[in-house]
Amino acid sequence: MSKLSRRGFLKLGGAGVAAGAASMTPANALAKSESQNPGATTLPYPNKAIAKAKSLPKNKAVHFNYPDELSPCAVIRMGKPVPGGVGPNKDIVAYSTLCTHMGCPVSYDPSSRDFKCPCHFSVFDSEKKGQMVTGQATENLPRIRLEYDAKTDSVTAVGVNGLIFGRQANVL
Amino acid sequence: MSEKERIALPPVDAQKTNLTCHHCIVGCGYHVYKWPVGTEGGRAPNENALGRDFRTQQPPLSGAMTPAMVNVVEEGGKKYNIMIQPDKECVVNQGLTSTRGGQMASVMYNPDSPTRDRLKHPRMFTGDDWVDVNWEEAMKLYAGVTKRLLDTFGPDSIMFNVFDHGGAGGGFENTWGSGKLMFSALKTQMVRIHNRPAYNSECHATRDMGIGELNNSYEDSELSDCIMYIGANAYETQTNYFLAHALPNLTGATVDKKKKWFKGESVDKGRFILVDPRRSLTTAICEMNGKDRVLHLQINPGTDTALFNGLMTYVVDKGWHDKDFIAKHTTGFDKALKANRMSLSECSKITGISVADLKKAADWAYKPKKSGHRPRTAHLYEKGIIWGNDNYRIQSALADLVLATHNVGRRGTGVCRLGGHQEGYARPPYPGKRPIYIDQEIIKGNGKMLTVWACNAFQSTLNAQEYRQTLYRRANIVRDALAQVRGGNIDEMVDAVFDAVTNRGGLFVATIDLYPTKFAQASHMMLPAVHPGEMNLTSMNGERRMRLSERFMDPPGEALPDCLIAAKIANTMKAMYEKEGNKAMAKQFSGFDWKTEEDAFNDGFRKPKGIDSQGGGTGNLVTYERLRKHGNNGVQLPVKEYKHGKLIGTEMVYTDYKFSTDDGKAHFLPATWTGLPAMVESQRKKYKFWINNGRTNHIWQTAYHDQRMDFRTERYPMAPIEINPKDAKALGIESGDVVEVYNDFGSTFAMAYLVDDMKPGYTFMLFGYFNGNVGDVVTSWTDRNYIPYYKGTWADIRKVSSMAEYKESVSFKPRRFV
Repeated sequence: MSKLSRRGFLKLGGAGVAAGAASMTPANALAKSESQNPGATTLPYPNKAIAKAKSLPKNKAVHFNYPDELSPCAVIRMGKPVPGGVGPNKDIVAYSTLCTHMGCPVSYDPSSRDFKCPCHFSVFDSEKKGQMVTGQATENLPRIRLEYDAKTDSVTAVGVNGLIFGRQANVL
Repeated sequence: MSEKERIALPPVDAQKTNLTCHHCIVGCGYHVYKWPVGTEGGRAPNENALGRDFRTQQPPLSGAMTPAMVNVVEEGGKKYNIMIQPDKECVVNQGLTSTRGGQMASVMYNPDSPTRDRLKHPRMFTGDDWVDVNWEEAMKLYAGVTKRLLDTFGPDSIMFNVFDHGGAGGGFENTWGSGKLMFSALKTQMVRIHNRPAYNSECHATRDMGIGELNNSYEDSELSDCIMYIGANAYETQTNYFLAHALPNLTGATVDKKKKWFKGESVDKGRFILVDPRRSLTTAICEMNGKDRVLHLQINPGTDTALFNGLMTYVVDKGWHDKDFIAKHTTGFDKALKANRMSLSECSKITGISVADLKKAADWAYKPKKSGHRPRTAHLYEKGIIWGNDNYRIQSALADLVLATHNVGRRGTGVCRLGGHQEGYARPPYPGKRPIYIDQEIIKGNGKMLTVWACNAFQSTLNAQEYRQTLYRRANIVRDALAQVRGGNIDEMVDAVFDAVTNRGGLFVATIDLYPTKFAQASHMMLPAVHPGEMNLTSMNGERRMRLSERFMDPPGEALPDCLIAAKIANTMKAMYEKEGNKAMAKQFSGFDWKTEEDAFNDGFRKPKGIDSQGGGTGNLVTYERLRKHGNNGVQLPVKEYKHGKLIGTEMVYTDYKFSTDDGKAHFLPATWTGLPAMVESQRKKYKFWINNGRTNHIWQTAYHDQRMDFRTERYPMAPIEINPKDAKALGIESGDVVEVYNDFGSTFAMAYLVDDMKPGYTFMLFGYFNGNVGDVVTSWTDRNYIPYYKGTWADIRKVSSMAEYKESVSFKPRRFV
């Protein structure tokens, strides 16, 4: 790893990141290395209510963790329909906020409406399913699969498309 | 696009081998982990070969591991998982991975993946379709036609478009094998290199001046007081060289190292000068990391010679040149200065750069430091001037400035190309006296047979439309002839081909490649080749660092290393001459009794006497076994000695000031500014847009793998062309529209991408893509050695169509980070 990268991360990552990293302790590593359900063909993602659609501010990232507390994510109400968007206006999307390249935290830029990684300058488009605009990753930003319940106006995370950085499998 | 949610880990006993990246010149080090399908490592650190704890979230920068880094391959009839990981101990990339290197596992052959259409057997075009044949039959036709032509018309009837490099589609083994076939056995001079229409150097002038183009180490970018990037976009095209070595200099992370190395000298954070008409991603990233230490000289297209001449004149008039060095180690200074002399005001007028910025650049790069020492300035250039306005003249002007200021042979300096692919050249001398413009020979109807070897000029040549049209027309004459050979054997096919190329202007075409390429669509024969991982292969990177990439899997079907394909051709020819009792010709085709690629390596690179080799005269010291021990750090060529079980290499060339000339002195070359070539100027006057062109970091070369990878094609379904939004609006063009780009030389199509940073009238189109080929609108003009001026392209643009799918699926967000 380059010295630059580590320094860039520390300098640009911000306090929230440091707190996130600090919480990544072995004490949280509850999952065992052996499979608990050898018949499963899908990962046992939890359902997690993350917001009421109406409460989401427009074009602002709201942070949550999914599928567990060690995996930072962001949900955004883009304000106009986007591919893969859910909610009454098909404009709500969510992503893992760990860069798929080397795991630095990406931050949402409301002016360009994309996610940017300070370490090696990858950019991901929040309005195009997390497509890498440029940069050094080989994967788009993992998308959090969302479901919307019109009756309750609730947005629920139900799974992840794409591998979250730093994991062998999305569910620990 | 892969949306895998989990991947298999290598078990602790997984096989681990070395692999230098297939892609760009930087040659990052990787490890290949291989283990049987059906087994996998556990998530605890003592249960997987990576030694990492996947029972919990891994922290940022702990190492890259993505679905693109895994695949399933075969060896010896068994299936294996592979994972290809960047090597943290490699001094080149230090664990970093680029978007290209990071997908290496994905591009390895797997019949259940997008690489399934790799060539597995030779193919012949008969009737109106392709048929698989074995090597014996393929060689009967290939060698049969070759021999008939050689015996009847001599070697000038046999042409090659061929690779000359390292990395994938190259390597010392394969340049030697193909070179020995072309230059020693066939003795043909009718050869051109993969990206240009003749057999020539991209750095002819600096070599004539005595300076090889790869003369420093990547570490020197950590030590420079000033780095001048000229026509180079290092973040996108030499990514990890830039990220791991250059950028830390700008941010000040290497100041302590400079203090340690250069005691008594003033040192500070580096200063970067970027000479580029475009605000590239590299420029944007540099500005973000040190705005006050970055100077972007947004030069007018094609005026680099004027820039260097203006700076040289100013520097000499200021007395900042190194008179002692010039007197002792160079010739021709006065003559060159007289020819190049240009005032700053004239320089400013021509280049469009303000006099203030010209002075600032000279101050940063050449003014003595506070301590009185001469600044250490590295001049790092690439396609902006290699494919620029008169390659030979620009490089002469640049190297004149470098020599005058003694910025070569000192640590932290260097005048180096940054490079595209890796290097790996070892061939007998080219048999011609001068390069020949082979594309024009084809267009004129000359030559009767063309072998296209690990390259694809349809996507990577100038004046491509006329070239392609001619090629198709001539190749179709042979196709029609082959279609008439109903029920005939190979001998009758040879007769038919011979008649078509002799009496009707036809051209027999064979391609040797990994895939059926665009060029293969016009050919009559395809021969299946391999890439690193499927053979042992040696190359060197942009700091001459040579490594052995180890074989870890079987190639598809009967595919072979290029060197062994060359041997098959030569040995077939030899047997044919022996059969007819022609001992002299049989001898000419002898010396190819190689069983493995290592045999070819030992025959070429390790016997440097009388050949042209990037290993210099000491290639004999290098063996596969010795290289294997040096792992991903390898050794920097030329090797000085083998001592205590280690190869000792060369970090910087010309520290002894013995330049590569007859008298050992560096030679200044006059380089008077003469403006744009008339042919290019005619297009500039006639057409509105400058069609600058080059690479993006997503796409490697002709996209031979990338066009099969969803991650790449979803991003760029067509070659993007960056256009200023106001220019686009005037033409009714939006991002995602398909546009036509056209001028007197041809037309091509691209996907519009509106970019605020583009100056009005300027565009930038992806070079070499499979869908949209800028070469179609590049003029046929070349410099004196037939180096193209790809960047010298002007054309008009019109909207063709609005593509809803592109607008829906492709991002048109700014690529520049800020």
